[in-house]
Amino acid sequence: MLSQFLQFLFSGITVGATYALAALGFTLIYNASNVINFAQGEFIMLGGMLAFFFMQSGLPLPLALLLAIAIPALVGILLEKLAIEPARDAEVVTLIIITIGASLVIRGLIQIWLGKGAHSYPAFSGSEPIQIGGATLLPQSLWVLGTTALVVVALWYFFSRTLAGKAILATSCNRQAAELVGINTQWVLLVSFALSAALGAIGGVLLTPITLTSYDVGIMLGLKGFVAAVVGGLGSGLGAVVGGLLVGIIEAMAAGYISSAYKDAIPFILILFILFFMPRGLFGAQVTERV
Amino acid sequence: MKSLKRHYALMILGAVLLLLPLVLPNNYYYDIAIRMAINAIIVLGLNLLIGFAGQISLGHAGFVGIGAYASAILPTYFGWHPILAMAAGSAIASAIAAIVARPIFRLKGHYLAMATLGLGMIIAMVIKNEGTYTGGPDGMSVAALGLMGFEISGEKQWYWVLAATLVFSFWAARNLIDSPFGRALRALHGSEVASQVMGVDVVRYKVAIFVLSAFFASLMGSVTAHYIGFVTPNIADFFHSIELVTMVVIGGMASIYGSLIGAVLLTALPQALSTFEGWETVAFGSILMLSMIFMPKGLVPTLAARFRRNERDDL
Amino acid sequence: MALLEVDNLSKVFGGVTAVQNVSFAVDRGLVYSVIGPNGAGKTTLFNLITGIYTPTTGDIRLDGQSIAGTAPHALALKGMARTFQNLQICMNMTALENVMVGAHLQLDRNLVKAMLRFPGIARRDDRLKDEARELMGFVGLTSYWNRAASSMPYGALKRLEIARALAAKPQILFLDEPAAGLNSKETAEIDELVRKVADNDVTVVLVEHDMKMVMNISDRILVLDYGKKLTEGTAKEVRENPDVIAAYLGSSV
Repeated sequence: MLSQFLQFLFSGITVGATYALAALGFTLIYNASNVINFAQGEFIMLGGMLAFFFMQSGLPLPLALLLAIAIPALVGILLEKLAIEPARDAEVVTLIIITIGASLVIRGLIQIWLGKGAHSYPAFSGSEPIQIGGATLLPQSLWVLGTTALVVVALWYFFSRTLAGKAILATSCNRQAAELVGINTQWVLLVSFALSAALGAIGGVLLTPITLTSYDVGIMLGLKGFVAAVVGGLGSGLGAVVGGLLVGIIEAMAAGYISSAYKDAIPFILILFILFFMPRGLFGAQVTERV
Repeated sequence: MKSLKRHYALMILGAVLLLLPLVLPNNYYYDIAIRMAINAIIVLGLNLLIGFAGQISLGHAGFVGIGAYASAILPTYFGWHPILAMAAGSAIASAIAAIVARPIFRLKGHYLAMATLGLGMIIAMVIKNEGTYTGGPDGMSVAALGLMGFEISGEKQWYWVLAATLVFSFWAARNLIDSPFGRALRALHGSEVASQVMGVDVVRYKVAIFVLSAFFASLMGSVTAHYIGFVTPNIADFFHSIELVTMVVIGGMASIYGSLIGAVLLTALPQALSTFEGWETVAFGSILMLSMIFMPKGLVPTLAARFRRNERDDL
Repeated sequence: MALLEVDNLSKVFGGVTAVQNVSFAVDRGLVYSVIGPNGAGKTTLFNLITGIYTPTTGDIRLDGQSIAGTAPHALALKGMARTFQNLQICMNMTALENVMVGAHLQLDRNLVKAMLRFPGIARRDDRLKDEARELMGFVGLTSYWNRAASSMPYGALKRLEIARALAAKPQILFLDEPAAGLNSKETAEIDELVRKVADNDVTVVLVEHDMKMVMNISDRILVLDYGKKLTEGTAKEVRENPDVIAAYLGSSV
């Protein structure tokens, strides 16, 4: 009984960590630009697919991983420069369509380049499962969790202890005021897009040995990352992490105990339920309209 | 005289629809015209919600799916008359819309986008997973639509049915926009708090327009199912929802005839792109991005603004 | 009985008390002004009375009926209308349409009838257009009737809000700084307009910074400071009250 529960928990936290990374990506871009980037999931896909490609081409693991994270970051910068910046003052729906257009382009290009097949590569440190309380934990899961924890700590340090991080926070609070005190908000936008693309790619790179990847995994992963970001309350970093883990765990539990066919529906049922009772998510700020 | 002028554009639309069969060379083109009309009617409803009332729905394909599968399942497994099934589908879609709308429309912006997206996803997954009745991912075939002993079949008959429905829908939408109800819708888009203070029960209006658009989406889902004779879960999926929203935005938000233009363009686009073998997705995505970057307000409002500017320059 | 009675009203925002135990009554037909330094809680008081905020404690009565916590759209039914300090004009509509929205509750709002354009709806709307144009004339916007709201100057939009509020045929009208941002000539015109409105049997409650205007047109004045009622009385009484002078000059006299 307990072992089964643990098993679901392990797989839930592992996937949840990826959702958390994606949700952090949504949060970063949302804070810097008020845009919900529906192409976020494609960065997860890019990370996995590029890592696969570079490893297959014979590059050593660290270099392959580095490239698989750096290239999506570059794509993120291009996306901001070429598509988001020219449409800065557009309405919410318009921006949603632009980012969806971008995700189609990325997905389409990868499909042409690397085909429609599913791919994977070996886990970073073997696939000998670790036994804990009757459940098994893959070493790769430890990689996922460890790296996510590291990333979260690094982000926390970046935003609370460095000038660059504070500049981004200031911009998300009030762009005009930030510009007035001399913050280059243009630069802030680019960094935010690069950073969130890299976060997504890290998730993809880490998760692929466990779940496989293909050109079209981005949509669902991205949408669930969006769910996680909203569960936590859009714009809250802590919320994104908690939201990601929560969505991952509840999804795994529901798939295990209730119905695996509806696994993909669980996050969406969850988010409707949460929004019904908490219109701004778990950690979202309460705003009072001034009239 | 005044009412004649009000319906100028509608008369042009009617004339075009009447004359179109003279230039449509074969059934392939009839087929595209029919799909355009179906999309235009759904998009018209969605534009009332998004463009006029200023709300968002990223899950409307779910309602299209409910209509389509009601028309597929109820006659096949329960022997219902197709018209009754169609009505039942619209009733179910409207009921679901009405039940979720109250909590959903307290939400704004991205939270609303998330909630409607979730709703659409759930409907799509139910359709995909309940294979016993829906045939799962493979879909199922649909009985023909009979009307008092007369069966609608063939592209030409469907064309006239949809042309008439299209004209009626545009007439009704025009009327709605010009009424106190439509004014209240636009007012709550302009300033929610001001319209509340003027007595507009904001949530009620949002709910009403959401239900209305869901009703039409479901109705057109039923029509699609009967027309094609087959349904697959794709009709309800996220991508279809996005396509519908894109038609609204590309044609022009808060523009009735923009809905038509958006539906026509985006229905024709995949056909035109099919020559790009393998590059369709990339081309489609690029066109979405480019048109939104350069015409964020959509085609009809952008052109209208340019037209007005030229007029002023001439003075 | 007074038309509007406010009884021990308080509003707390996360620990900050914006309005504290404020009581006053407004008699029918008066021009009643609320004044006070910036941040005194004037707009919060308006938002409480007009249903935008829910009071933390206290009661508000209109015609003797408690209305505290009632939604704004329900208050409109009871004959309450208002304008806003930060303009709340529907910029996606024409000036005339904005005024027509004001008459919302007097119209047939049925969805199906609207879609099928029942003759009654069309006729009533045509009549409403004339009424709305007349109202725009009343506030001095005759030349703007066909303009898009987004193309109108600030001063005209301020009047447009008043016209829209009047279209609701209110028994009590709340004006939140109708002269803010206007020059002295425009202010004098608003001054006159408010008087005209009051003469048409509409009770006016006013928040305003322009002291000259307030002293000119108010029958009674309520002075707020730090969310509390400082004093209440006629223009003369308020002007001579040492507490008021202190609040405005920042020192005791």
